[in-house]
Amino acid sequence: MKYTVETAEKTQRIELLKKNLMVAKPTIETDRAVLLTESYMNTEGEPMVIRRAKAFKNILDNIPIVIRDHELVVGSTAKVSRGCQIFPEFSCSWIEDEFDTLATRSADPFEISDENKKILAGVFKYWKGRTTSELASSYMTPETRDAIGANIFTVGNYFFNGVGHVTVRYDKVLKIGYKGIIAEAEAELEKINPGDADYVTKAALLNAVIISAGAAINYANRYAALALQMAEKETDSTRKKELLNIALNCSHVPANGAETFWEACQSFWFVQMLVQTESNGHSISPGRFDQYMYPYYESYKNSPDFDKSFAQELIDCVWIKLNDMNKVRDAVSAEGFAGYSMFQNLIVGGQTAEGLDATNDLSFMCIAACMHVMLPQPSFSIRVWNKTPHELLLKAAELTRTGSGLPAYYNDEVIIPALISRGLTVEDAREYNIIGCVEPQKAGKTWGWHDAAFFNMCRVLELVFSQGEDHGKQISVRTKPVEEIATFEEFMDVYKAHMNYMISLLINADNAIDVAHAERCPLPYLSAMIDGCIESGKTVEQGGAIYNFTGPQGFGVANVADSLYAIKTLVYDQKKITISDLKKALLSNYGKNSSDIADKIRRELEAHGVKVGEKEMAEINKLLPADSNSSVYAQIRDMILEVDKFGNDLEEVDALAREAAYTYTKPLQQYKNPRGGAYHAGLYPVSANVPLGAQTGATPDGRYAYTPMADGVSPSAGMDTHGPTASANSVAKLDHGIASNGTLFNMKFHPSALEGVSGLESFVSLVRGYFDQKGMHVQFNVVSRETLRDAQLHPEKYQSLIVRVAGYSALFTTLSKSLQDDIINRTEQGSF
Amino acid sequence: MSENKDLLTWGRVFDIQKFSTHDGPGIRTIVFLKGCILRCRWCCNPESQSYEIEDMIQGGKTKTIGKDVTVADVFEIIKQDKAYYSRSGGGITLSGGETLCQAEFAEALLRTCKNYGINTAIETTLCVPFYMIEPLIPLIDTFLVDIKHMNSAKHEEFTTMKNELILQNAVKVAQRAKNFIVRVPVIPTFNDTEEEIIEIARFAKSLNGVKQMHLLPYHRLGYDKYIGLGREYKMGDVHPPEKEKMNALKKAAESVGITVVIGG
Repeated sequence: MKYTVETAEKTQRIELLKKNLMVAKPTIETDRAVLLTESYMNTEGEPMVIRRAKAFKNILDNIPIVIRDHELVVGSTAKVSRGCQIFPEFSCSWIEDEFDTLATRSADPFEISDENKKILAGVFKYWKGRTTSELASSYMTPETRDAIGANIFTVGNYFFNGVGHVTVRYDKVLKIGYKGIIAEAEAELEKINPGDADYVTKAALLNAVIISAGAAINYANRYAALALQMAEKETDSTRKKELLNIALNCSHVPANGAETFWEACQSFWFVQMLVQTESNGHSISPGRFDQYMYPYYESYKNSPDFDKSFAQELIDCVWIKLNDMNKVRDAVSAEGFAGYSMFQNLIVGGQTAEGLDATNDLSFMCIAACMHVMLPQPSFSIRVWNKTPHELLLKAAELTRTGSGLPAYYNDEVIIPALISRGLTVEDAREYNIIGCVEPQKAGKTWGWHDAAFFNMCRVLELVFSQGEDHGKQISVRTKPVEEIATFEEFMDVYKAHMNYMISLLINADNAIDVAHAERCPLPYLSAMIDGCIESGKTVEQGGAIYNFTGPQGFGVANVADSLYAIKTLVYDQKKITISDLKKALLSNYGKNSSDIADKIRRELEAHGVKVGEKEMAEINKLLPADSNSSVYAQIRDMILEVDKFGNDLEEVDALAREAAYTYTKPLQQYKNPRGGAYHAGLYPVSANVPLGAQTGATPDGRYAYTPMADGVSPSAGMDTHGPTASANSVAKLDHGIASNGTLFNMKFHPSALEGVSGLESFVSLVRGYFDQKGMHVQFNVVSRETLRDAQLHPEKYQSLIVRVAGYSALFTTLSKSLQDDIINRTEQGSF
Repeated sequence: MSENKDLLTWGRVFDIQKFSTHDGPGIRTIVFLKGCILRCRWCCNPESQSYEIEDMIQGGKTKTIGKDVTVADVFEIIKQDKAYYSRSGGGITLSGGETLCQAEFAEALLRTCKNYGINTAIETTLCVPFYMIEPLIPLIDTFLVDIKHMNSAKHEEFTTMKNELILQNAVKVAQRAKNFIVRVPVIPTFNDTEEEIIEIARFAKSLNGVKQMHLLPYHRLGYDKYIGLGREYKMGDVHPPEKEKMNALKKAAESVGITVVIGG
């Protein structure tokens, strides 16, 4: 493939669109919830998949539509920019509970008017007992609910929300339009026989597909009519022409295949926003935009009226629209996914199905779009393999240097074999893209449930010290008192016993939610764009996709590795401290507090609905008398800090880190989900290492109680002291291939590290060197610590400061204070 | 000399820094050798000067500076970043102190790296007899040579040593070196006038094959180390040169027809 490195400049329009995007505060709108509920009330007793399709149609036929000033690509899920709709069918009681704190909470606040509160409260009455979350809850065993209650893992994401986490066949809609998809469904209906065993369900799905796809066509037609209306009134002749063109586009796509690049952009956008409108969820990921858009770009490029600047502007417009969608989460989840992020992962580069390099003009233009728009969406990624052109990596490094945290770099050489090992064909594996944060899969064939849980490996480590009890309640298997564990091998065995048990409960939780989604919220519109569903007559939730996975994330690898290594070294090898003293030191939070009392107070407060984080705990501890042994416990911590840590390219501790990760990734592989797919692990916490760290006591790696845990597979904050290459080498020693739902490695750079051409070259070599050693993913924050501190003090000066949080970037000033602190404290890798 | 003997050669180092991108091409590991001939007043690594192992207080903690190691010990650490050297054209840089004070160790380490396909560089003042430098020349891909001043008396005043030997060696080494870069620490009160810098640039330009000169602006990052070693910081409150000043010096040096880079 030939490609051009040079890209066009940003236009004035993009500045204006961006400005308009930020004018209003994110607001909750009620139209979808009302229209959905209205339809549900009218369709009681019909097949669920048909009810879903009819509800979708009712929403699209009636939801208010707007075309914003200066837009070339239209379609908005909410009237106000960055507004969001409500999806009561998944869960809604939390929204009502949080009505009065939504606007004031620290992470991702949303405005909501009193009138809208009233409207929603009315709607929610219908949903009591009818949501997916309530059904899921009833499917879980009491033991599972206890484990969730004890914060061993959280499955909140799909428990409260739609699943999202998908890349649909944009290419198919671009090519044959929804009319083509309707024709396919009709042909399938022709083929099936009322006598077939699966006729009933299949016919229902196919009819639901026809209704849904028709609804999408009608929705676009409404925009065509609106654009026409606006054009008639428009006095500016240029804008008038634009509106007429928009009207033409919307009347043609997504009903039909796209004929121009502009139409392709418009068609793409309708698909993207309507998948969101149907299914809620996040991480609805555009995937390989540079590949499926290329035929339309190429024919434009070969036409006599080709204007590269206009092609770039259209891409930039799509990028703006990706930032126009929003989603409200419950307060706890909002901290875990902080930054209003939608995780719409868009990836460029990589290979074709045949194994050739896939880089083209659009790959470069997508990078340029990120630089023009400088907003958190899309979550922009780049695939790197041995034949990736150097120019593409240099251009990507330039984007990294902007400090936006984009792009994330992914290693084909690890991901492709990992996916093949999970049953993908070689061709499908080569065409992978990333979902959400870091999760690889094959677009249009996969229902991957990529963000199924966060599993806190440190909480399980605590169970070794408590014989499986949590606050006096037996929540795991009963193991011998920790004081009686005589060898490190035995200690590991006990840890594994708790891990295995808790993993089995995690499976129960995820499968319960999986079944609940299949029963209550099948998604016919989305399923129409996933291969296998129309053919099998099943929605994605029922297992209709070609590939089915469940991917829950484990996190705290570095903390567990450092903890185990400290225990091995100090307790069992050198016998410098006893396990009993270590236990006491942990309970006293290394002498920092009288932990038992503090913890009781914390639990009491939380039982009364007061959230107790790190700051609050510090306040509580101030009020308590100091433990008389506190200096001994502090000394124990000093000894622990002297022990080697993961992240410094040291053989022994890194080998233990690999083992520690296996305690999660290996047992998980043996389980199956209700869709017939396999479980496979991810190793990253998004930003949940902060809120979930706040639920975790002191750990034997010297980490104080309730402080953040290590992010992703990165070393613990501040523990990697030998520079970025040592840190990367340690991380590369983990088995990334087995964590085929993704691993996440965060590095933070001072801008000086990337200065000049030589800075970019070094940076590219760093990525290459890490990937040569089979690292899977790496992402970078390029900002100085001072900059971030100043941004905390003067948020007004840094409204557009983007940082890489975890698998995504967010505006720094929109993050909670504790998450901001965590980002500041992550080791800043300098250059000399 | 056999490779095994090289691996068993002892030396005294005080630091090993990975991912250095400013001391030679690509991504490099710098091995800092302890002991120096000069006593530059502005030296930012005062703990490098004495060959003796010594204590330095850093961040409230006493740290032992200097460790006796074999080439094998150091090479284990150097090897860890081979992937990054290969990708970036980087490698190892020996620095100090004065690398050539431990010529035997340096030679053994450089040969070990060369034999392993690792690019080599040294940072040096060349202030030792030429016969000590000569055997190292074929083992070194890049010489980063400090030329601090053309006036010998002033050189002596600020560094305790005259510059004749340095300049003579520079001429000889440049004749045979693969890549020779002149580096000038720009020190206010010492050599920060345009005339002084131009004089060095002229000399650099006159050396065989020298195309590049680096201007390294004075900084005060060594201040705490002097305190930690219980020594006096003789630079007083001299301020680092402003960016504009550095740009002016760069321009002045370039006027003699040599490429000038600020920083490494």
